[in-house]
Amino acid sequence: MTESMIEAEALRKRFGSTVALDGVDLEVPAGSILGLLGPNGAGKTTAVRILTTLSLPDGGRARVAGHDVVTEADAVRHGIGVTAQEATLDELLTGRENLELVGRLGGLRRRQAVVRAKELLAQFDLLDAADRLLKTYSGGMRRRLDLAAGLVAHPPVLFLDEPTTGLDPTSRVRMWAIIRGLVAEGVTLLLTTQYLDEADELADGIVVIDHGRVIASGTAAELKAKTGGARLEVTLSEPRPDAGEALEEFAAGPVHVSRDGRELSAPVRSVPGLATTIVRALDEAAITVDHVVVHQPSLDDVFFALTGHPSEVTPERQEVPA
Amino acid sequence: MKGLRDLLVLTRRNLVHIAREPLQLSDVTVQPVLFTLLFVYVFGAGVVLPGGGSYTSFAIAGLLAINLTTSAMGTAVGLSADLGNGVIERFRTLAMWRPAVLIGRTFADVLTAMICSAFVAVTGLIVGWRPEGGVLAALGGFGIFLLFSYALSWGCACLGMISKGPESAQSVGLVLLFPLAIVSNALVPTEHMPAALRTVADWNPISAVTSSARNLFSNPNPSASIHTWPMQHPLLASLLWSLALIALFAPLATHLYRRRTTG
Repeated sequence: MTESMIEAEALRKRFGSTVALDGVDLEVPAGSILGLLGPNGAGKTTAVRILTTLSLPDGGRARVAGHDVVTEADAVRHGIGVTAQEATLDELLTGRENLELVGRLGGLRRRQAVVRAKELLAQFDLLDAADRLLKTYSGGMRRRLDLAAGLVAHPPVLFLDEPTTGLDPTSRVRMWAIIRGLVAEGVTLLLTTQYLDEADELADGIVVIDHGRVIASGTAAELKAKTGGARLEVTLSEPRPDAGEALEEFAAGPVHVSRDGRELSAPVRSVPGLATTIVRALDEAAITVDHVVVHQPSLDDVFFALTGHPSEVTPERQEVPA
Repeated sequence: MKGLRDLLVLTRRNLVHIAREPLQLSDVTVQPVLFTLLFVYVFGAGVVLPGGGSYTSFAIAGLLAINLTTSAMGTAVGLSADLGNGVIERFRTLAMWRPAVLIGRTFADVLTAMICSAFVAVTGLIVGWRPEGGVLAALGGFGIFLLFSYALSWGCACLGMISKGPESAQSVGLVLLFPLAIVSNALVPTEHMPAALRTVADWNPISAVTSSARNLFSNPNPSASIHTWPMQHPLLASLLWSLALIALFAPLATHLYRRRTTG
């Protein structure tokens, strides 16, 4: 089960003088979630468009669900479901009609399409709205229907391009639960996002791209470890001049002591059981501790360290009611 | 087989669209009735046909031509809306027969053209128009119109793909097609037009189509006495025009579609 469902090698794409992808490699093992992380304009959508046969690469190769995206595009289309960043459903059809249309065009017989549409409407909590025209749907409902449309033909590989952009927090959490459920069923998933917490929350592997290049990849933990490790903060019951010395053996850099001598902090290498070890060591030196924290770096810290600019989006997330 | 199914599924979807879009629906239902009544009673009161005959009998074939020409714009509007809102992107990620997107559009257009012609014909029958050449000839006349409107809808498909959005497709289409429809023998005999307009009108495909339908309906056809090739051989001319337009616009539309959707 370790075969790759999505493999890309040195993908390149330019639009006029703009280089959108400058040699991107990706690999997603079957049954896992890859988070493709990057700011606006990093090339995430371009990569997804190439992998879903919507766009042709200028260079490089890619295989999805076992087929080449350029020479075997039709076979690829049989194996994928796509939820694009922009809604891609029919405003003048009802939710149910939209799913039936996608089912029919995706190769289901009429009866199968009807049954499948009903199943998905129930699964995505849209049965009440099933027979309303799409143009009356809220943002959250559209996203759910869009995701449902990607699932009609039970595809083994799923692409979600920024599935929660523009959603309010409740719809977002709901979408996450749906996505986790899909992967529990064995679907392989590539998810693009600008939200670090989303990648952290959902993805097994993360690839960070910026300006069309992969600038880092690994698990969330690996990426965090790569950038500076953790930070230790200790608050003592009363100041002790030898406390700094006691912490030095754990510190990966200078130990900082506050003016009142009660608060100490230091960069540390994150190892299992670190907090316990530190408390024991301080206890042996008869130093009493009120508070110990080992801060893991957030993916935001990682992103900043990698790109030199913050992940711009988080503060101005626009919201659409569910 | 799957290709044919995709084609039917999309044709049906496009028809549902027309039924749910009040403006487009009125283009093929209210407008044909209104135009027919207005022209028959307003123009009919003033136009005298060279060689005699009733204006009503003369006008219905022309009204069919005018209404079908303007309803062909539905392809331009619908296609450009689909391209704009991402629906075609969704279709393109499905393992469907790709030409169905375009062909389904033009098929839906033929079906709406049938509805549109039925409205004109029934209104015509109510106000006194009669096709007098027999049932087969009358059906032939409608066939000529449908073939021509199918050809026009390929032209409109091209328009839909080069325009910025449905509104601009609509207005550009009107600017191109309305003069084409009016500068013809559809609504008035061409005899008294200024020389330049008259030449345009006599070679206009809409004149050829209208003329051949008048012949098949055995309705008054003053153009029969005009000595230009298409007016002397209207049936052949309208078939050639229609086939030429399809031969030109179908490959062009396919090319534009590819260019617009791959990149």
